[in-house]
Amino acid sequence: MKKTISIIALGILSIASIGVVMSSSEWSEREDDHQDGVFRDAWLESRADVRPAENPAYQSECGGCHFAYQPGLLPGKDWARIMDTLVEHYGDDASFDESQAAEIRGYLLDNAADRAKLSRARAFSAGSDAGDGLPRITNTRYFKREHYEIPARIVRGNAEVGSFSNCQACHRSAGAGIYNEHQVVIPGFGKWDD
Amino acid sequence: MKIPIAFVMAGLAATSMAYGSAANLIADYRNTGAGPFSPDAGGSAWTQEHQSSSGAGTRSCASCHGTDIGKAGRHAKTGKPIEPMALSANPARLTDAKKVEKWFRRNCRWTLGRECTPQEKGDFIQFITSQ
Repeated sequence: MKKTISIIALGILSIASIGVVMSSSEWSEREDDHQDGVFRDAWLESRADVRPAENPAYQSECGGCHFAYQPGLLPGKDWARIMDTLVEHYGDDASFDESQAAEIRGYLLDNAADRAKLSRARAFSAGSDAGDGLPRITNTRYFKREHYEIPARIVRGNAEVGSFSNCQACHRSAGAGIYNEHQVVIPGFGKWDD
Repeated sequence: MKIPIAFVMAGLAATSMAYGSAANLIADYRNTGAGPFSPDAGGSAWTQEHQSSSGAGTRSCASCHGTDIGKAGRHAKTGKPIEPMALSANPARLTDAKKVEKWFRRNCRWTLGRECTPQEKGDFIQFITSQ
């Protein structure tokens, strides 16, 4: 009888300890990937830490010339400024027809960093230090904090990357809104995991 | 048996629409008094360099789409990959007239600093179709 009880107790203990191990690894995963309340679903489905840009007009009009930066990468006031200045869009005329511009503006503002649910996008809502030019994701406080260790020579001086604006050159899953550092591969230099 | 036939019909319809769009555009340009159009003229205009509006260097169609349009290109400024332009490599090109006009407008302004004339657009379409 004593033996049976101790076997049962051992069984319960080992199940409990597996539970502890699982939940702690889940927790570190969660810290790591900036997941939040929707962690469980996001982990199972996509592990996105910024909501992917799924608006078709945004994808075709803006994503036609450059990476379709997710709305969660800038606060709403910055997106509004960009939409107000499309004729002088970082040195080029990027204007397009009124009805599409209105749709895209609405999409960007509704999903901007200050309205976002995923925590990495929320981090971008801190915005930028005062600057005189157009808003830039690469100029936000959060972006700078995350990239200050990366030497310019392996980005700007790297023909396959060229610029910090070229997210998906190193963040291979950037299109899916996944920016965690474990999937960063810098062309010609390999993984970057600090 | 009915289903494969429907697929073949749909395929044929899509193919003829593809050529239809390019032919319709050519007909539109001809109606403005432009023509005849030539793939050679389109090909040499493709690599013609223009002073950039921002003052830095020159731009041509090939700056982003490359000189061999059977291969993928890369946006000169943003580095974004661009699917091949040649119909032989990318049959989806020139299938949507509205899209073609939108990109002519955008890219001619970017490259030449003005919109292209119907003559220039007709030549480019002939060039893209011939490759």
